Amino acid sequence: MLKRILTGSLLLLLVSGTVHAQTYAFTGAHIIPVDGQEIENGTLVVRDGKIVSVGPAEVVEIPRRAQRHDVSGMVIMPGLVDTHSHIGEPSGGDRSAPMQPETRVLDSINPRDAGFQKAQAGGVTTANIMPGSGHLLSGQTLYVKYRDADVVDDLLILDEDGNWQGGIKMANGTNPRGNGPFPGTRAKAAALVRAEYIKAREYGDKKAKAAEAEEDPPPVNLGYEALLDAMSGKKVVHHHTHRHDDILTVLRLADEFGFRVVLQHVSDAWKVADEIAASGAWVSLISVDSPGGKLEAKDNHFKSGRMLEEAGAKVGFHTDDGITDSRFFFRQAALAVRAGMSREGALYGLTLAGAEMMDLGHQVGSLTPGKDADFIILSGDPLSVYTHVHETWIDGVRVYDRSNPDDRKFATGAYGASNDQVMHLHHIELEAGQ
Amino acid sequence: MSRTFLSVLAALFLLAPFASAQIAVKGEMVYTMAGDPIENGVVLIRDGKIERVGSFDVPDGYEVMEATVITPGLVDAHTVVGLAGYLNQPHDQDQVERSSPIQPELRAIDAYNPREVLVEWVRGFGVTTMHTGHGPGVLVSGQTMIVKTKGNDVQEAVINPSAMIAVTLGNGARASSGSPGTRSKMIAMLRGELLKAQNYDPEKGTDLRMAAFKAVLDGDMRMLITVERSYDILTTLRLAEEFDIDIVLDSAAEAYLVTDQIKAAGVPVITMPTMARHGGERANATMEAGMHLRDAGIPFALQSGFEAYVPKTRVILFEAAMAAANGLSFEEALATITIDAARILGVDHRVGSLEVGKDADIAMYDGDPFEYTTHAIGVIIDGEVVSTEVR
Repeated sequence: MLKRILTGSLLLLLVSGTVHAQTYAFTGAHIIPVDGQEIENGTLVVRDGKIVSVGPAEVVEIPRRAQRHDVSGMVIMPGLVDTHSHIGEPSGGDRSAPMQPETRVLDSINPRDAGFQKAQAGGVTTANIMPGSGHLLSGQTLYVKYRDADVVDDLLILDEDGNWQGGIKMANGTNPRGNGPFPGTRAKAAALVRAEYIKAREYGDKKAKAAEAEEDPPPVNLGYEALLDAMSGKKVVHHHTHRHDDILTVLRLADEFGFRVVLQHVSDAWKVADEIAASGAWVSLISVDSPGGKLEAKDNHFKSGRMLEEAGAKVGFHTDDGITDSRFFFRQAALAVRAGMSREGALYGLTLAGAEMMDLGHQVGSLTPGKDADFIILSGDPLSVYTHVHETWIDGVRVYDRSNPDDRKFATGAYGASNDQVMHLHHIELEAGQ
Repeated sequence: MSRTFLSVLAALFLLAPFASAQIAVKGEMVYTMAGDPIENGVVLIRDGKIERVGSFDVPDGYEVMEATVITPGLVDAHTVVGLAGYLNQPHDQDQVERSSPIQPELRAIDAYNPREVLVEWVRGFGVTTMHTGHGPGVLVSGQTMIVKTKGNDVQEAVINPSAMIAVTLGNGARASSGSPGTRSKMIAMLRGELLKAQNYDPEKGTDLRMAAFKAVLDGDMRMLITVERSYDILTTLRLAEEFDIDIVLDSAAEAYLVTDQIKAAGVPVITMPTMARHGGERANATMEAGMHLRDAGIPFALQSGFEAYVPKTRVILFEAAMAAANGLSFEEALATITIDAARILGVDHRVGSLEVGKDADIAMYDGDPFEYTTHAIGVIIDGEVVSTEVR
């Protein structure tokens, strides 16, 4: 009996150890830190969910108690950052209005969606989950980590004050068009956006005046609060846009209202690369395997990455999952390289660029001491079609291991691999106990 | 005016030697798909046909083209490109006619646009032959054809104008209103048509619909049956057995669950694109489909398939590349888009491999064709250089 109790507590210690206080050292890998030169024979040390050190084998000191992983012949790089995904059946506004900034993806996510496991198998660790593009403004997006999750809280990336983080989703061009109250023309779309931002600004002014006069503030307007967050720069606007003139309209509105913007999709980016670069706006690209499929994507081209890079714009990529599957996120960078983008620029675009576009660059996106231990172990070069993700780690916890058949099925697909998943059985047992 | 005329004339002269002359294509590695690959190989072309293949010095009188890797022109075993256009607007979508669930009399050649942007797009990656036509989406959508991705006149490009009759079973064939509304109804309707066709006598009056089904019963055309779920695949095999008709299973996401039955029926599979989305009836699909079919000894090829949105078409080269990363060897994957596809389509006497006497259809690459960062650098169809774009 006593022995059994002892074994039990030992187990507990071990379990808590793996989650919170474990030190790991990965040796023999080709390391791509993204924020510096690639390292031929590198060592990565992580502890308590953070990166401790990364560098050449002869330089990095491995702590005595570290659990060693020999990953010779493998490649280690930061977990991928996807600036635009729709995993987890997210929703924002309904059909009642073209701008619904008060709606939040946070309140709609299904964290058991198998898409999360597939994305882990694709090496994606951080993502911006967005509502759709059928509105001028469809709601507030959610920045997540693809941890094993049963409840949405498991996915969140909290700021220093413990608040969840996300951006604002906007769109122009043909997608938000419709019958009233949706816009019927491009000019009407821009007019509706301007009117709403101006109202939000006036609401903000009222609030400020009331505070100054120590009077009661106006009744809270959830939508205007979100727009104020956009105009103050607290929330980044992620703006669906394709056609060259629509892209310039976004830049004009961003300039007028002072919101920070990530241009999303941007099929015609290569036509207005200089204008985009001059504006300082960020760009998140998607390439599809053939032009068209919708009128605005008829000139979508692999060369956008190269031309934006040459123009000096900051370029990232996204999956738009399910437009492209998160398991093929590497292709986005690789196809850009095929059309002339630099390897460094493309790998930066898959990782740190996206993190910076989500104001998470201090925390994820590169293998930098002090950052979160979010990294992936690859069988080969990230830009080769033959390369597989072998392991995916988030916050120092391995969430995907290709050598485990239960994980591998999410990489290849299998019977039942698209069904909702239950990651932590103890939650179920707890519920059953209640 | 005269200057324009002169330019055109000059262009003609420049193109002329390429078009009619003998061409020697040299490759550091030549995958003939008829035996081992040839290091430092040469393919000689004369009069649109392959004259000689091997490792030898190029004789005098040949225009020389060089590439790192040479393969046969790629064969897309199933697509809707040319009937489906890239703009995805009503005016360029001719792959499905929804006025009736059963219209086998609709011919692909009457709807194919050889100047379609997507035709040029896939050709630039090395695709020289396509099995295209009416797509999935209604029970019997129409006919398919086999066509070269060249020229501006379908008559000149077509290899087989009436290849197969496109049938869809399962959710994809469910009518939004009316019949068929259930799986049982789909099969009942098909059986009814085939039974009627058994007694079709053209002398009593031509019926295009019956004539098409009769061609299937007589073995002159095959049915291309798009089906995903395992139990629908078994239903399909039951139907084929009842009427003793030749079929090809198309897409077949869950084929890996019923390989024994497919093998026993002797039916080939044109399997779904490797990167197709795993949702709906394809929720249980696997990227290792090819591996399972290979292990079972079932003939199979890859397809670019049908896409309703973006991308409007997949590129067979990319799908084969992903298959090579998921259980198939390089040459097995290449075979799924060359010789194996040609065999299943019944056009391997003309295309699919680099052998003497076959059509001079060749794709050139500056590296491993499957690698993301390799480029297609040249394409030849029937001895004519149709693309030298680096893509």
